[in-house]
Amino acid sequence: MNVLFFGIARDIVGTSELLISDLVNKPTVNDLKEYLMARYSEFSKLTSFAVAVNNEYAKDNVPLDQNDEIAIIPPVSGG
Amino acid sequence: MKKIKIEIVNTIDTSNIYAQLSHAHSGGICVFIGTVREFTANEEVIALEFETYKTMALKEMQKIADEAVKKWSLNSVVITHAVGAKKVEEPVVIVGASSAHRPECFEACRYLIDTLKEQVPIWKKEMFKNKEVWVSAHP
Repeated sequence: MNVLFFGIARDIVGTSELLISDLVNKPTVNDLKEYLMARYSEFSKLTSFAVAVNNEYAKDNVPLDQNDEIAIIPPVSGG
Repeated sequence: MKKIKIEIVNTIDTSNIYAQLSHAHSGGICVFIGTVREFTANEEVIALEFETYKTMALKEMQKIADEAVKKWSLNSVVITHAVGAKKVEEPVVIVGASSAHRPECFEACRYLIDTLKEQVPIWKKEMFKNKEVWVSAHP
């Protein structure tokens, strides 16, 4: 699945968009978070990070579908 | 008819906020403008750089405006945020509300900016002379 990265998350992975094809079967938001933390240790050092599915904040148990728009949301700091 | 305006722009024009918020049923307008401050913890900031996940940010900003209209009796709401590089003293965000009497728009205005800072996917990088720091990224 295609995952979008913003802010410091983009700096960590080095790209704004990543095609991830080796996630577990029937992945959830939590699986994606664990996948990223296992591959990029910098994610564990962040204050927090959220996952958005189709433009909405998604809880850890939300299932991910190939066709979803998935984005990694590091701590926001607008204003 | 309520006036609600949600925008993400390259440059904020503070001169048209009165026209955006004025309303025949309102007796008061309250506006907050966030600007670029020259120093963070005694270190000189050259600029702030903002980026956003625009489609989601607009959706979250709309939710905040809708929630404010539910909580208080407001006739108009504006939430505008800038993206890109902003220099010291430049405006980066402007929020405001109007209501029949002032308590509602004062409270709503604070709610708009406080909630925006907590929920809207916009990120700010502080550009110092020798380094760049994503704000709030690390504990």
